[in-house]
Amino acid sequence: MIKRFLSLEWKSFFRSASFGKSLGIKIFMGFIALYFMGIFLFIGFFMDKILKEVYPDLDPLIAFNGLIFFWILGDILVRFFFQKLPVMSVKPLLKLPIKRKTIVNYVLGKSVTSFINFLPLFAVIPFSIKLIYGGYDASTVLVWLIVMILLTLINNFLNFIIESLSAETELSYLPIILLVGGLFALNYFEIINIAQALSNAITAISQTPILLFIPILILIGLYAYNFKLLRQKLFLDSGLKTKIKEVNTSNLEWTKNFGDIAPFMQLDLKLIWRNKRTKSSVWMLALGLLYGLFFYPQPTYQDMPWFFVFIGVFSTGIFLINFGQFIPAWDSGYYKLLMSQNIKYEQYLKSKFTLMAVSVAILFILGIPYVFFGWKILLAHFAAAIYNIGVNTHVILYGGSFNRKKIDLSQKAAFNYQGTGAVQWLIGIPLLLLPMGLFALFYFLIGFEIACLILAIMGIVGIIFHQRFMKAITAKYLESKYKMIGAFDQNN
Amino acid sequence: MITTSNLSKKYAGNQVLNIESLEIPRGQSFGLVGNNGAGKTTYFSLLLDLIQPTTGFIKSNDIQVNQSEDWKPFTSAFIDESFLIGYLTAEEYFYFIGELRGQNRADVDKLVSQFEDFFHGEILGQKKYLRDLSKGNQKKAGIVAALIGNPEVIILDEPFANLDPTTQIRLKEIIKGLTENRDVTVLISSHDLLHVTDVCERIVVLEKGELVKDLVTSEATLKELEDHFTN
Repeated sequence: MIKRFLSLEWKSFFRSASFGKSLGIKIFMGFIALYFMGIFLFIGFFMDKILKEVYPDLDPLIAFNGLIFFWILGDILVRFFFQKLPVMSVKPLLKLPIKRKTIVNYVLGKSVTSFINFLPLFAVIPFSIKLIYGGYDASTVLVWLIVMILLTLINNFLNFIIESLSAETELSYLPIILLVGGLFALNYFEIINIAQALSNAITAISQTPILLFIPILILIGLYAYNFKLLRQKLFLDSGLKTKIKEVNTSNLEWTKNFGDIAPFMQLDLKLIWRNKRTKSSVWMLALGLLYGLFFYPQPTYQDMPWFFVFIGVFSTGIFLINFGQFIPAWDSGYYKLLMSQNIKYEQYLKSKFTLMAVSVAILFILGIPYVFFGWKILLAHFAAAIYNIGVNTHVILYGGSFNRKKIDLSQKAAFNYQGTGAVQWLIGIPLLLLPMGLFALFYFLIGFEIACLILAIMGIVGIIFHQRFMKAITAKYLESKYKMIGAFDQNN
Repeated sequence: MITTSNLSKKYAGNQVLNIESLEIPRGQSFGLVGNNGAGKTTYFSLLLDLIQPTTGFIKSNDIQVNQSEDWKPFTSAFIDESFLIGYLTAEEYFYFIGELRGQNRADVDKLVSQFEDFFHGEILGQKKYLRDLSKGNQKKAGIVAALIGNPEVIILDEPFANLDPTTQIRLKEIIKGLTENRDVTVLISSHDLLHVTDVCERIVVLEKGELVKDLVTSEATLKELEDHFTN
């Protein structure tokens, strides 16, 4: 039976419609995985040296055990946000003559093979080998290794319990924050020294292998609880049903000020606020806005005024880049409706343009406090904002006419690369690098103020020719209309 | 009202539609019948300029649909779920369509209120997004949205599928009412021969993209269609 399930997985991977198309993304994700593996291997190999450096008088194994508590907390946090139980894929299996028990066991068993469970091994195994070379008793280290693997699996199953608990409450992040924060606080304020207790426990188990039965029992207990939870949920009307939230509607009457593009503005605002994927681009705003704080406080960057523009373009244009690069794929789910309805394409695009231009202005205003790090920064940001409004908005709209990838709005947001194609990577060059290059060129040739002026003038020229650009962009969209409809019609 | 000439559509050399000539007069209730792959949805997509014809053209009210967009103000359609905007409530969706078709909220409210029976209390005031409604209820919302803004040509692809029996009967009344004063042309496709003979005064049968039968509905039509599809 398991063999048959595995062959289904295999087919779903290789036969998915997006397999060939998103191969680039898979390779990219592969590189990220390799990167993490490399880091963990590196840490594993030099763990003993690092620990000796930090805790010179402690035995490396004891020192490592003292840190395990924090590793567990971090691990649970990461898992909570990135690891989900692959439940939905078993929906079609329910009506087949397969025992529910088998399905539940399969889903739980499959979760063990997650990449996140193998990652710690890359650090722990080299560390163990070095310990044995360093004269440790091989059997002690081996038992310790087994404890580490058990701990990883305990985390794995603990996470799903936390997730299912938080799915039932309104404040979905509360349980995890309470748990992790609470444990950390208990430890930090030394109410209970959990880190020390855990460390002692692991040391004790490594020396007395018979005690291994304790983590094994915990693991079995967690597995059984997961089994129970999942078995209850494996009905169409409970766990497999998607949640329906009650809707609060608002009229957004103020958009009427924008005239004939008002209906599209309303639609775009609702699009952004009511879908997970787009909502996350709102949170990215905060990140973009604060981006400058990574650089400006450091004296090194104070002497690199040509770099200010890069941060200016990025921090005032974060919404433009995030939202703009997927125009018109955001509307791919109902593109046929838009194309057969009584609309002017230009209004549709103008709504997107207005949204992006307004976001640039707002982000610039919110970024004014950067003046604290010097007037030059504000000036550079101002020039960058004008450039964003005049040039980058048009560039990104034009780039959108090459969009051929559907976006399913109901999908989750984090690490979702759906809809990403070569265009999205290429468009970054004119958006970010071109203004920075131009600015640097004029900065070194003439001076800072002139460079700002030139960037601002380019932006103003773009604004002056706005109507003409929009005409050309609209024509481009009309030209690729059938291709877009065809591409958005395909399911991934 | 709708003139089709030498229309054909090929995908990679495969002919999926080939209609030499088809004339649909104003105010007719027109039914399209055929097995899967007969070309019904392809024809409607061509009529809405969602795909390009390989040869020939369709003229709607003397406007060639793939050359001018002037047919859009008097044409509306509900083909499938891709005509719904999932993250809007039904009311918001109606208002949005209304705004695109130059109708204010009061106009839309007035029109929609006529269909309270049809909605059976499951569409309006639900505080649910369209994506969270059942398939049948989504279809109801989509069909009514296609009636907003006094369209002269209404295209409905498989309107009866997924609807419960009560709603199917009500939908038949609605469609009959539309063509009553011979002003609105309604095009319907269906797999249900009984419904389509009930509602349409003319039925065309497509088979592998070819027009094989063109019938004026009478007592004998249902029998004739059943015989045709039995073979």
